[in-house]
Amino acid sequence: MSDARTEVLARVRAALGQTGSGTTPSGKVGTAPHPEPVPRAYRAAGEHAAGSAEVIEQLVDRLVDYKALVHQVTVDALPATIATLVTELSGPARGVPSAHPDSSAGVRVVVPDGLDDGWLAALPAGTDVVRDSRERPLPPSELDAVAAVVTAARVAVSETGTIVLDGEPDQGRRAVSLVPDVHLCVVRTDQVVQTVPEAVRLLGAHPERPLTWISGPSATSDIELDRVEGVHGPRTLHVLLVAGV
Amino acid sequence: MSRTFLGLPRTLRRPDDADARHGTPDEPFGPVPHPQEPLRWGDDFPAAAKQTLKNDQLRRNLGHATQVIRTKRAAVVGEVPDWEALRDTGSAVKQQVMAQLPDLLQQLEENVVARGGVVHWARDAAEANRIVADIAKVKGADEVVKVKSMATQEIGLNEALADEGIAAIETDLAELIVQLADDMPSHILVPAIHRNRSEIRDIFLARMGDAPPDLSDVPRELAMAARAHLRRKFLSAKVAVSGANFAVADTGTLAVVESEGNGRMCLTLPETLVTVMGIEKLVPTFDDLEVFLQLLPRSSTGERMNPYTSLWTGVTPGDGPQEFHLVLLDNGRTDVLADEVGRAALHCIRCSACLNVCPVYERVGGHAYGSVYPGPIGAILTPQLTASTGGVSGHHDPNASLPYASTLCGACYEVCPVKIDIPSILVDLRAREVDADRSSRGVDPWKTAMKAASWVMADGDRFALAGRAATLGSGLGGRDHAISVAPPPASGWTRSRDLPAPPRQTFRQWWAAEHTAPVEQAGTVETEGDDR
Amino acid sequence: MRIALAATCLADTLFPGAPRATVRLLERLGHEVVFPTDQACCGQMHVNTGYYREAVPVIRNHVETFAPVADGEWDAVVMPSGSCTGSVRHQQAMVCRRAGLDDLAATAEAVSAKTYELSELLVDVLGLTDVGAWFPHRVTYHPTCHSLRMLHVGDKPLRLLRAVESIDLVELPAADSCCGFGGTFALKNADTSAAMLEDKTANVRGTGAPVLTAGDMSCLMHIGGGLSRQGTGVRTLHLAEVLASTREEPTPLPETTFSRPERPARTEATR
Repeated sequence: MSDARTEVLARVRAALGQTGSGTTPSGKVGTAPHPEPVPRAYRAAGEHAAGSAEVIEQLVDRLVDYKALVHQVTVDALPATIATLVTELSGPARGVPSAHPDSSAGVRVVVPDGLDDGWLAALPAGTDVVRDSRERPLPPSELDAVAAVVTAARVAVSETGTIVLDGEPDQGRRAVSLVPDVHLCVVRTDQVVQTVPEAVRLLGAHPERPLTWISGPSATSDIELDRVEGVHGPRTLHVLLVAGV
Repeated sequence: MSRTFLGLPRTLRRPDDADARHGTPDEPFGPVPHPQEPLRWGDDFPAAAKQTLKNDQLRRNLGHATQVIRTKRAAVVGEVPDWEALRDTGSAVKQQVMAQLPDLLQQLEENVVARGGVVHWARDAAEANRIVADIAKVKGADEVVKVKSMATQEIGLNEALADEGIAAIETDLAELIVQLADDMPSHILVPAIHRNRSEIRDIFLARMGDAPPDLSDVPRELAMAARAHLRRKFLSAKVAVSGANFAVADTGTLAVVESEGNGRMCLTLPETLVTVMGIEKLVPTFDDLEVFLQLLPRSSTGERMNPYTSLWTGVTPGDGPQEFHLVLLDNGRTDVLADEVGRAALHCIRCSACLNVCPVYERVGGHAYGSVYPGPIGAILTPQLTASTGGVSGHHDPNASLPYASTLCGACYEVCPVKIDIPSILVDLRAREVDADRSSRGVDPWKTAMKAASWVMADGDRFALAGRAATLGSGLGGRDHAISVAPPPASGWTRSRDLPAPPRQTFRQWWAAEHTAPVEQAGTVETEGDDR
Repeated sequence: MRIALAATCLADTLFPGAPRATVRLLERLGHEVVFPTDQACCGQMHVNTGYYREAVPVIRNHVETFAPVADGEWDAVVMPSGSCTGSVRHQQAMVCRRAGLDDLAATAEAVSAKTYELSELLVDVLGLTDVGAWFPHRVTYHPTCHSLRMLHVGDKPLRLLRAVESIDLVELPAADSCCGFGGTFALKNADTSAAMLEDKTANVRGTGAPVLTAGDMSCLMHIGGGLSRQGTGVRTLHLAEVLASTREEPTPLPETTFSRPERPARTEATR
């Protein structure tokens, strides 16, 4: 008997009516399909420009709908906003208690090592900033012990309320934006496109990069189709929309 | 609490009795099927449905859940101005994929290997299970974490791994519920759709082991219990197993679409990732994702976009699993592909919209279909996938009853994001069943009746005679002209419905009297004997 | 117009009121109706049950009977049934081709191109929504699956009904949900069918309407069967029977779901 690869491919060819390929498991030889040409009448782009007021308004609407927390800030105000959000984490635990409610020490925050240092300039003294990179990755257990992660983003889609990270040094390894319970994600307004095709074509320049599409905090609808935000991924997603970069 | 389980897969305690297809009465969470074959278990559809229809709780749970998701889907689909154009493209792309499958599969393989992945091919379930088990063993793993995957359910991977001493931990919330309850999934997207919140609370308390004793039935609390339960597993797992929603041939990219983050955990944290994927799940180019990533979330969960989608291409040094295996699975798919009409079933992207709108599924639930693929798509996929073992071979196989499990109401076709004409395929499969049965001996009352009806209905004169004969029964119904008791097969009808008694005059008798006979047209009304 | 009537086998034999009302309506609107007596059945039952081979002679008879419409002898064929029209349009040619009968398939396609369900004929071909009907009763409408999702008649039947004088048209909750008939489904899967029917009849009863109408006698036979068994007193009338009703010649309400008066009760309808 031939190897599995050869046989599966032979079966596929037989199913498509290519003679001399043998048969499918039930002994059939199919007919050659005649597929219609692929129409592409859908919208390749939205009617609003990337970063326009319309797409920003739409993105905010969608994110809020997903129970993400949105902060629209100028580039100058960004460090202070990040500092405020991080400081809030040192207060009483919000929502469901974390597995590591160590609030006496300074807040521990992880950042990918390519993150703009300026964004962290206003963090209060005592904040424990740990850096992660592909070369020096933190083990999952350590990521589990940090309170929050700050990352940049690659592109965002307003119609679907989606932010995409592509693993570049300012966005970090996939685990970094996954294990911590709070994700502060910085998105420049000029990164916001209206439609999914616009984003896919942009991402298609580097299809080999590991991509994480994020649309709100993690959620489940597995119990009576009731949506519950916050399961295994970060339970809190802050989106910092930065204008005027 | 009679037993405590820390996420042990149900098969570790599966009874040895190979015929144990249903839970025993001491099963605390109701009689549930224990299939030996994930694509063929239990009674044929009419008998299985008769049983599940008796479960009022199930019908209430399903009625509520499908109603909620139908409404959500309709709302988010309604706001997409080019939805029909997206469906047209999705359908056409999938047709192209099927036509070019040998080339695309090889292209995918080449690209995955070029990026450091390992590609395996599996002719059937046993071969795929063997591959996964061997990888886990080489890695020294006695436990693997799993992302919800239809392909691995279809091959009974958890059971096969259990037989090798490897525990497969389902990490999707609904799959976890199903696994803890020793149950079977009843929906493609929401496998525990047949369970309500209080049942889930009871399952967690009895079976999770580390559930808080004061756990309530609030969905958020239940989800948090699952989070805590699974977190340690995620952080320590060495091997993860997933399915794939899409594989991009021209880049070697794999995609998993999910909500909870359990998928990201499995796809990211363990050192080794094994993805089991049906050979039909390809798209030709990366750009094609722009179509399917719009069609899938809105059709499945009724969201504009699902919370998380992960895309990866082979191995990324320093980020995520450093060993990636892709298992390409046939397991009957080439038999489906060989059918000119039925092959469109392979276009399915497993959104489950057809289940949610199906009036039959809504009443009987997923278990009645006796397959991990329930609902309308299951009714066309399951018989075809099991064709080599008798799935479309006539009426003796339980799967042969599935193409008849539909009124052909067309709701499934209307919502299908890739426009699979499910009603037409159902009818075509019925024809294949009938043809397969033609050679069988013995008296089939349907065959006899259909042949007789064909003779009568192929000729106006014969049909007129039959109609005239029927009018002789016009007195049968009594004063209300309703017949309440009839012999088989009409007895199935009259159990819950009346039949009309035939009229005293057929239409064509009336026509002959009024329009062709030389009588006064004005007399029409007076000569009418029947004014229905 | 010269319009050929395909009465459908079910209505011809069991519910002659529907095709008779179709004749009455079209003649009142000034058209000539022809009934080719060679007709019997469109073949839908055989096709949907998988008996393609047995369907072929039935389809051949239908196609040959109505072939003159393709040559212009008649302007259109009308069928007072969504599912039969659907079968003509989407199944007949396919079954012929599968049997290797390409010529018959081509004729079937030519006939089907001029075959219309009643509401399609009235609205699309004749350009009417007000057919001058009068029907002073509360009525609820079940759209039937094949009219809705195979023919896509949309709201054409409802537009016709809304234009009926004195009608009290009330919405049927979950109207687009299947009644559970499905031809032989009602026999092969009788329990599931009954569960679906139960919900449909509950919704019909909830409207308080004494009349349920639809464009398909098969669905009406099924829902009516349930309504009759439950002793609801709700009557089923084909859309044509409602639209054919006028002040001068009203369609009377039957006493019970399946009952029929010995002679027209002309005064009852004016109550």
